[in-house]
Amino acid sequence: MAHFGKPAAGSWTEHFGLSTEPISYGDSISPEFYALEQEAIFKRTWLNVGRVEQLPKAGSFFTKQLDAAKTSVLIVKNRDGVIKAFHNMCRHRGNKLAWQDFPNEEIAGFSRQFTCKYHGWRYDLDGKLVFVQQEQEFFDLDKERFGLAPISVDVWEGFIFVTFNPDPQPLKEYMGKLGAGLEGYPFELMTQKHTYRSEIGSNWKLFIDAFMEFYHAPVLHAQQATDEESRKLQEHGYEALHYDIDGPHAMVSSWGGMAPPKDLSMVKPIERALRSGLFGPWEGPDIGELPEGVNPAKSKTWGIDSFLFFPNFMLLIWKPNWYLTYHYWPTSYNTHVFETSLYFAPPRNAYERLQQELAVVTFKEYGLQDANTLEATQTMLQSGAVTEFPLCDQEVMLRHMHTVCRDYVEKHKSDSGAVLAGTASPSNKGA
Amino acid sequence: MAAFPAQFAALEPYADWALPSESNRYAKRLASNMDELRAFYDTAMPLLESEADYLKNVSLDGISDEDLNLLRCLEALVTVSFPVEAWHQPYVPDSGAASIDVVVEPRP
Ligand code: FES
Ligand SMILES: [Fe+2]
Repeated sequence: MAHFGKPAAGSWTEHFGLSTEPISYGDSISPEFYALEQEAIFKRTWLNVGRVEQLPKAGSFFTKQLDAAKTSVLIVKNRDGVIKAFHNMCRHRGNKLAWQDFPNEEIAGFSRQFTCKYHGWRYDLDGKLVFVQQEQEFFDLDKERFGLAPISVDVWEGFIFVTFNPDPQPLKEYMGKLGAGLEGYPFELMTQKHTYRSEIGSNWKLFIDAFMEFYHAPVLHAQQATDEESRKLQEHGYEALHYDIDGPHAMVSSWGGMAPPKDLSMVKPIERALRSGLFGPWEGPDIGELPEGVNPAKSKTWGIDSFLFFPNFMLLIWKPNWYLTYHYWPTSYNTHVFETSLYFAPPRNAYERLQQELAVVTFKEYGLQDANTLEATQTMLQSGAVTEFPLCDQEVMLRHMHTVCRDYVEKHKSDSGAVLAGTASPSNKGA
Repeated sequence: MAAFPAQFAALEPYADWALPSESNRYAKRLASNMDELRAFYDTAMPLLESEADYLKNVSLDGISDEDLNLLRCLEALVTVSFPVEAWHQPYVPDSGAASIDVVVEPRP
């Protein structure tokens, strides 16, 4: 039984011009495909690495480990308050520049300059090489030529992005219609931050799959609701209010009857006592009118919008006026680091702090179930026993995301194929 | 360890739940059995229900040691509510070896 409308084409999938055929998960179980994704996607697109609040003053910095782009980046605010990004690598002999104790762990802090641990070369906040140990031993060393290698960096609504693309599309343009629809949301007011990290034994796309459909929620997370409520949820199943796709990006808009619930007996005692739960505190802060792109169906039952900004940045806007981000950082074809940050307006008292804690802990309990399911999925997909998987209309966003990945990889292959063909020397042709 | 505000004196036997980080609270939950979790829950939950107004008057700026102790203990109640109200076991069902670890959290 349908509860919400669908587009005239009859389904969201057909409305967006996507195939309705079963999909293959060949893109999630292959080291070769992952190597192509690194070049075609993670070295080409804009990647969100943090927020401006992480850089409060001149000299504030953080590092980000980007295995998928085969590097680590150093993000820093210079003396003029401008955010700069560099490969986190010394120009002398390539030592990793900013790290503590464990080279592969990310760090954050404050510094007037960066000193290499190896031979003591120093760089200022603009990446300029300012000191060389025993400079007279070098051969006409022109320090101007050996500053840190810069990376393109830009900020959208307080979110800091980098790209390794030598000729990037402007970030604002890259964010497209879905990004534009969120502009003006008061992200900067929500500075109470909780961040979680998890190493997941699955391809990065599998976790995105899990968070781009709610088809699984009434089943996998059944026990998180009261028995009566869980039975109803399974009977009705799940339908989104609205889906949208723009270029490589996509969004799903969903109802959220739990904030606040119609009937208090539907929720657990802790939720009743704290007037909070998965959807956050039932009564959120007043932040005025929401931007046009939030709750696009303008539904009264709206509860949450989930945006995927390709490739790996999800932004969830919840009705009680808080937001959450997910990032999925590949570390190999079948592992990734999953990061979640939950952002609230600063709590005004101990009760509000506890309301937020309940939302945070609820996220974690769900996430643990989702995470473990994925490792099992990855193992079975890798068996190769089955190669065709049917997706339903409520899984349209993940069908789109896998399609976009394949398209990026295909385009990269044909572009680099063209380059190779163009540069091949005659003597190689017959080989 | 600091005591609790007078109306929360019943929490004294559970003062060791007043832990500073979500990771400590979660670890203690996993290290406890259901009887221990239920005993803490059964004591703390009625206090949370009846003393919401008190908590709404506790500002986080310059919070007193007693109130901070209380807040941490009730943050632990949030963590413990899942085994008691939903799972009927200390750990999340079907979560296997998966772990999700806090890396940034507000204090208190
Ligand atoms: S590698 Fe950095 S100073 Fe030598
Ligand atoms: Fe889930």
